[in-house]
Amino acid sequence: MNTLQQIRFVWKPIIFLICLLPAVLVVGDAFGITGGLGANPIEAILDRFGNWALRFIMIALAVTPLRRMTGWNWLSRFRRMLGLFTFFYAFMHFVTWFVLDREMRVDDIIEDLTERPFITLGFIAVLLLTAMAVTSVTAIRRRMGRNWQKLHYAAYAVGFLGVWHYWWQVKKDVAEPALYAAILTVLLGARVVNHWRNKKPGRHRPSR
Amino acid sequence: MRKKSNLIRPSEITSESNYLNRRDFIRAGAIAGGSLIAPSALSAIVPDSRLATLPGVSKSAYSTDEAPNSFEDISTYNNFYEFGLRKEDPVVNAEDFKPRPWTIEISGHAEKTGTFDFDDFMQPFDLEERIYRMRCVEAWSMVIPWVGISLADVVKHFQPTSKAQYVAFETLNDRAQMPGLRGRSLDWPYREGLTIAEATNPLPILAVGIYGKVIPNQNGAPIRLVVPWKYGFKGIKSIVKIHFSSTRPKTSWNMAAPNEYGFYANVNPGVNHPRWSQARERRIGGSIFASKQETLMFNGYGDEVAHLYKDLNLRRNF
Ligand code: HEM
Repeated sequence: MNTLQQIRFVWKPIIFLICLLPAVLVVGDAFGITGGLGANPIEAILDRFGNWALRFIMIALAVTPLRRMTGWNWLSRFRRMLGLFTFFYAFMHFVTWFVLDREMRVDDIIEDLTERPFITLGFIAVLLLTAMAVTSVTAIRRRMGRNWQKLHYAAYAVGFLGVWHYWWQVKKDVAEPALYAAILTVLLGARVVNHWRNKKPGRHRPSR
Repeated sequence: MRKKSNLIRPSEITSESNYLNRRDFIRAGAIAGGSLIAPSALSAIVPDSRLATLPGVSKSAYSTDEAPNSFEDISTYNNFYEFGLRKEDPVVNAEDFKPRPWTIEISGHAEKTGTFDFDDFMQPFDLEERIYRMRCVEAWSMVIPWVGISLADVVKHFQPTSKAQYVAFETLNDRAQMPGLRGRSLDWPYREGLTIAEATNPLPILAVGIYGKVIPNQNGAPIRLVVPWKYGFKGIKSIVKIHFSSTRPKTSWNMAAPNEYGFYANVNPGVNHPRWSQARERRIGGSIFASKQETLMFNGYGDEVAHLYKDLNLRRNF
């Protein structure tokens, strides 16, 4: 097998299964096989999916800076999968809220979306992730040309909205959202530095 | 990392074999130098000394007939920030907490003031079981079979003067035992308060037990307030000070976020928290697919307490 085949047939399936593990554990815990979800299982499921959505957006955003730092170009082969897993966990978080927490009561859902800013922020993030997920199909991606890249800069907006959403919903302790905010700042900072370096005369742009 | 060792369900302990009568309850405290439930005093009676059966508990007409939550739910899902911010923290972090020796300081506008050893403090009062609904401000609820003493009896016993308009409470502030105090999540010590009319209503109790047994540390040992028509955060835990005040005391959550948590904090489905609805609540212990239930005004205790607020705008005084 050449490197490309190795990535496709060995590493991608392995990474895929690892990324799926948190969801498998939620299901396992819900049925009391791998553990438990505590006294308030719905809150626990909601929190788990929300936290994983935020972790995955950070991991997905880390791919490009990491690739530039290390020169490991094969890293970018995993970017789409990581992005789609972000969408998957955010969507599961959303579905948990919609079905189990709000019990599909339309009036409740509209009230939450319009009157609770932290929910509005999360919802915008899910919409952006949905748009990115739908356009990740190769054929669509090709057809979109430069617009595809523009749309996918929204990944930063998702990170930002996710952190903000988390920050606003905690009752008192902002330590964890602050940690994510710091990570996001570093990731954004890496992009800015890179951009600034490329603008200097006499340096050619590295390939994307 | 939940430790199961101290989570013996009441049903797993035969109540006959470790029953203490009321005289033993007092004497056990006296013999062990005020250490009623220190491991040494009771380890011979029950495997886990923290769960000694309380003696001489009478039933109360104020109890609900709704099914109580399991002991496990009640003792593992706790908001007690002195022992950590997550609900699963207190059961682990309060394991080595020492609820004895314990003193309670009574001060302010009252005839009888002073600092009392816990057992002396308890001596004049009768233990009652009160099965109450507990509605957390976070929109979940439980039914808890408390054992406690009537707060009204306690207030009367210390003979507040006419200047006493409020009763203020304070939690222990011991960094050595309470790891959460190192964080700045709230302005410590935890403080709460009631108007004197609220405190002399028959419903509030100072709880010292759950399911007929001594209250677990994570639920506010050795003594905590229970005010069933108010949000759970009014139920201050591990009380060391009771003060009769002429002015409204500062209260912890109100100080932290005055627009979100009021002084009164009466359960009210019509006044939403800025970040979530209070119209419905999730009863802990149901299945994942169980529906939420409607939240009741005053948590369903309106008959007993609505008259206290007839001249008050409850939207403004939330
Ligand atoms: C329509 C979209 C969304 C809705 C309705 C929503 C709703 C919620 C709710 C109700 C909570 C509070 C859970 C609790 O009380 O413990 C929450 C927490 C959270 N959400 Fe969302 N969310 C949405 C989108 C997102 C997105 C896109 C992300 C991440 C990228 C995210 C990340 C989180 C995190 C990290 C938490 C905190 C979990 C914790 O307490 O540990 N959410 N969300």
